[in-house]
Amino acid sequence: MSDCRDEGCQRWQTPAPDATWRDVPRGGVIPRGGNAAEYQTGDWRSARPIHDADLCIQCRLCWVYCPDSSILTNEEGEVIGIDYDHCKGCGICAAECPKEGAMTMIAEEF
Amino acid sequence: MSLAAKSNEIRMALTGNESVAYAMKQINPDVVAAYPITPQTEIVQIFSSYVADGDVDTVFERVESEHSAMSAVVGAAAAGARSMTATSANGLALMWEVVYIAASNRLPIVMPVVNRALSGPINIHCDHSDTMGARDSGWIQLYSENAQEAYDNTLQAVRIAEHPDVELPVMVCQDGFIISHALDNLYTLDDAAVQAFVGQNNPRYSLLDVDHPTTFGPLDLQDWYFEHKRQQAEGMKNALDVIPEIAKEYEGISGRDYGFFEEYRTDDAEAVMMVLGSTAGTAKDVVDAMRSEGKRVGLVKLRVFRPLPVAHLVRALRGKPALAIMDRAESFAASGGPLYKEIRSALYDCEQAPMVSNYIYGLGGRDIRPEDLRQVFEDNLRAAAAGHIEKPVTYLGVRE
Repeated sequence: MSDCRDEGCQRWQTPAPDATWRDVPRGGVIPRGGNAAEYQTGDWRSARPIHDADLCIQCRLCWVYCPDSSILTNEEGEVIGIDYDHCKGCGICAAECPKEGAMTMIAEEF
Repeated sequence: MSLAAKSNEIRMALTGNESVAYAMKQINPDVVAAYPITPQTEIVQIFSSYVADGDVDTVFERVESEHSAMSAVVGAAAAGARSMTATSANGLALMWEVVYIAASNRLPIVMPVVNRALSGPINIHCDHSDTMGARDSGWIQLYSENAQEAYDNTLQAVRIAEHPDVELPVMVCQDGFIISHALDNLYTLDDAAVQAFVGQNNPRYSLLDVDHPTTFGPLDLQDWYFEHKRQQAEGMKNALDVIPEIAKEYEGISGRDYGFFEEYRTDDAEAVMMVLGSTAGTAKDVVDAMRSEGKRVGLVKLRVFRPLPVAHLVRALRGKPALAIMDRAESFAASGGPLYKEIRSALYDCEQAPMVSNYIYGLGGRDIRPEDLRQVFEDNLRAAAAGHIEKPVTYLGVRE
């Protein structure tokens, strides 16, 4: 198997704002692994979860149920907030939260 | 195409199916996937016996449909394998979704297609409705006049498809039954010459290249899809430079030269006919017969339909009084067949453009006879003399 012949392949990152059709990998190939996090899908959201750290009892049910790994935790595994770059606003975290007011959904205004 | 051959070439009597299967054997691709039910062709059946006999190293995948056959070669090609399949008519139609994906993923798959009518009514005989339907799928299309050209085109297709400036799949088209099942004399290269010509596949990306992990076919929405389509269009444009380069190299080993199209006795022609495929052979005989009567007629046989060599065609056709475009497919536009539309459009900006008329013929394997083609030439000689065409679109050989 040959080395990649695409000069930009090894250095390739998400295209720059001024990139043209000449600059992106051929055929829509993503020539690099582990980069799904760079694709920001949070702009699909129509409702936004709000985490209240003071009311949160750290049961972590929101983290368990989130289908998109969008509940942010610290090294101890405590819930510290929401990854709004990828949260799609499904509301499962708020629906599963047993503590009144710890996770609430509000209308998204981008 | 001349009938030349190099001294190391071997003369064989093969059908079109056999000639292409033999070319595939000499190419020795990494993967072939096929679904062996009608409308399949003998090509993969013959190739499967090469596999069974141990004549090739190919992994031969028997899949459950044509859709799966194309899917399997897409996966294999993405893995970096030199991959081929063959199909025909409704088999190609069933592949449809994945045919587009192969091209847009820039996978250099080579697929011989035996041109046969799409049903319905049910018909298995020759016309070009199958590949003409696929003309916007992003595949390069080479059309063959006989078994020799089908063989030669198959070998060249590998190099065209894999060229780093192109990286697009190629259909190698031959007329169903007329070429595919008819025994023909042709020259074949020896195995070593073919291997030296096709060389090693050197894919830009490979799923098996674990040091450089890649994702093929990811979601590509409003933000970059258009740019990837623009790249794909550039690959097709680049093929206009690459196809003649490969043809020249192939001529070096075979003695047979291939252009985008062949001009046959067109120099001072008043009436020129343009055809794809096997009808060119009949038309050449008619041209010879009419030339011997002093009638100035000639033929352009188009080999490369995708990409369409517009500039070259315009140069070849400029100043010819009348041009008859022969379509072995109906596009149901209520205004003529697909080849007619494209060539007529190509000539729109041409100074001294010929008058162009269209003949839709041979659908479902309806025989095209020398007297039919003579009638086309006579119509166009009359149009050339009169300065106008009486009827833009004619159904030739149908019961009126």
